[in-house]
Amino acid sequence: MNWSDIWNAMFGGAADYGEILALVQNSVWAGAVLGLVGGLIGVFVMQRDMAFAVHGISELSFAGAAAALLVGVDAVTGSIVGSLIAAAVIGLLGARARERNSIIGVLMPFGLGLGILFLSLYQGRSANRFSLLTGQIVTVQNAQLGWLIVISVIVLIGLLLMWRPLRFDSLDPQAAAARGVPVRWISLAFMLLLGLVVAVAVHIIGALLVLALVVTPAAAAMRVSAGPVAVPLLAAAFGFVSAVGGILLAVMGELPVSPYITTISFVIYLVCRGIGARRDRVTRSAA
Amino acid sequence: MESEQTVAPLVIAGAALRRGDRVLWEDLDLVVEPGELIAVLGPSGSGKTTMLRAILGLDRLSAGRITVLGEPVRRAGNRRVGYIPQQRPLPRDTSMRARDLVQLGVDGHRFGLPIPRRGERARVDALLADAEASAFADRPVGLLSGGEQQRLRVAQALADDPKLLLADEPLTSLDLANQEAVVRMIDRHRRTHAAGVLLVTHDINPVLDKVDRILYLARGRFSLGRPRDVLRADVLSDLYGADVFVRHAGGRLVVVGAPDAEATHHHHEDEHA
Repeated sequence: MNWSDIWNAMFGGAADYGEILALVQNSVWAGAVLGLVGGLIGVFVMQRDMAFAVHGISELSFAGAAAALLVGVDAVTGSIVGSLIAAAVIGLLGARARERNSIIGVLMPFGLGLGILFLSLYQGRSANRFSLLTGQIVTVQNAQLGWLIVISVIVLIGLLLMWRPLRFDSLDPQAAAARGVPVRWISLAFMLLLGLVVAVAVHIIGALLVLALVVTPAAAAMRVSAGPVAVPLLAAAFGFVSAVGGILLAVMGELPVSPYITTISFVIYLVCRGIGARRDRVTRSAA
Repeated sequence: MESEQTVAPLVIAGAALRRGDRVLWEDLDLVVEPGELIAVLGPSGSGKTTMLRAILGLDRLSAGRITVLGEPVRRAGNRRVGYIPQQRPLPRDTSMRARDLVQLGVDGHRFGLPIPRRGERARVDALLADAEASAFADRPVGLLSGGEQQRLRVAQALADDPKLLLADEPLTSLDLANQEAVVRMIDRHRRTHAAGVLLVTHDINPVLDKVDRILYLARGRFSLGRPRDVLRADVLSDLYGADVFVRHAGGRLVVVGAPDAEATHHHHEDEHA
C-alpha cells in the first residue's frame, strides 16, 4: 500500500461528501446522543472507580449480541440482554471494589470466549463478526439506530432523575445511607443504566473500545475542572465531539469509524492533561 | 404527647449485640437528653460503630429497642439525625468544590432534576461560615487538607439542624487545630439546638471538658456515667478484667494497660465498608 492508497482510504469519498452524509445521517445522530450520555455517565464511572466494570460489561454485551446473531434475533436486543445480565451480576455480587474486580475478572474472559464461540458458529455475513468487537456504526440499520437513540435518551433521563443521590452515594456511601439514600437501589440502578449505555456503545464503537466513549471523556474533563456542573458538561461535550467527529471523518474514506473516535478522544485527554498539569504548576508556585 | 423540647433525642432500651455466641454488650439502657454529649469509648471490635449504625437503622441489634426523636427505628437511614463519619481523604480529582460537599447535606437525598431551590445557597453559605470554611468555599475538595474536609463533613451533617448527632471517630488523624474546630462546631450545635450527641472516640482528651457522660464498652460489658465516675482505675480494671491505670499528665488523661482490641481476632468487624 502506498501513500495514494492511504490517501484514498482516508479521503476518497470527499468529493461525494454531501451524499454520503445524507446516507449516514442517522448514524451521526446515534453517535451524538451516545457521546453525550457516555461522557455524562463516565463522570460517575470515574468517581465510583468502575472503569474495569465497563470493560467487563462490554464483553458480555458482545457475547449477547453474538448469541443473538447466531439464533437470528436482533443483535441490539442481544447486546442489551448480555449487558444487563452482566451489570446485574456485578451490581448484586460486587458491592466492594475488590470483590467486584475479581468477579469482573472471572466474567470477562468467559463472556469473550462465549462470543467468539457464537461467532464461529454463525454462518451469516462475516462483516458483522468484527463489527461487534471493533464497531462499525455505518453498517447498523436504521430501525436499530432508532433504538440506540431511544435507549440513550432513557439513560440520560434516568441519570438526571437520580443525579443528586447518585453523586452523594458515589462520594460517601456511608453518609448517604445515614441520610436515608437507598444506596443499594441506587447502585443497582446505576449498574443497569451503565449496562444500557455499554450495549449501545458496543454497536457504535465496538466491545473492545467502549472505554474510549465512557471513560476517556470524563477522565479528560476531571483534569481541567472540579465544578459539579462543569465536569459533566465538559465530559458530555468531549464525548459528543469524539463520537460525531469520528463518524464525520471516517465516512470521508473507507476506514472504520472506531480508530477515529478513539484517537480524537485520546487527543482531547492529552490536551486536558497538559492544561491540568500546567495549572497545577501555576497554583503551586502561587501558593 | 410530649412537646418537641422534652422528647429525648435517643432512647435505647434493653439493647444487646451478639456476634455468634460472643456478647459485645447486653442489657444496655441509655437515654440521651437534649443538649447532652455522651462519648462512647472502648477497644476496637466492641461494637461502637454497629451501635451508631443500629440507631440509623442500617444495622440490627440482637435485642432491644431504639427510639430516635420519639419514633422507633424502622427504615434504613434517618434524615432527622446528623451523622459525621470518620475522616478519610477524598481523591484529589473529586469533581466537587467545598460548597458542593456541604450542599449534599441539604439536597443529596433528593431525587428529581437537579435544580437548586430558592434559599439553598444562602443556607450553604451559612453552614460554610460556621465551619470557618468560607475562605475555601469554591476550591476543589480534593485539594483541601484532611482537617478542612472534615469540617465540611460536620457542616454537611448539621445541614438540617438535627436534634440528634452521631459522630464516628470524627477527630481521628486530625491536627490539633482542626480537632478543636470540629469539637467547637459539635459543641455549639448541641447548645444552640438542644441536640443530643453520641460521639465515638478512642481518645477522650479532645472532648473531655465537653463530655457529660461516658459509655465505656469492653469485654461484653459496659460502664455508663460521668467521666470522673467511669475513668477510674478500679472501674476500668473491673471492666477489662485486668490492671488498668488512669494517669493525669499535663491536663491530659491517659488510660494505661487497656488492651487495644478485643481479645478475639475480630479487629475490624465494626468497621463497615
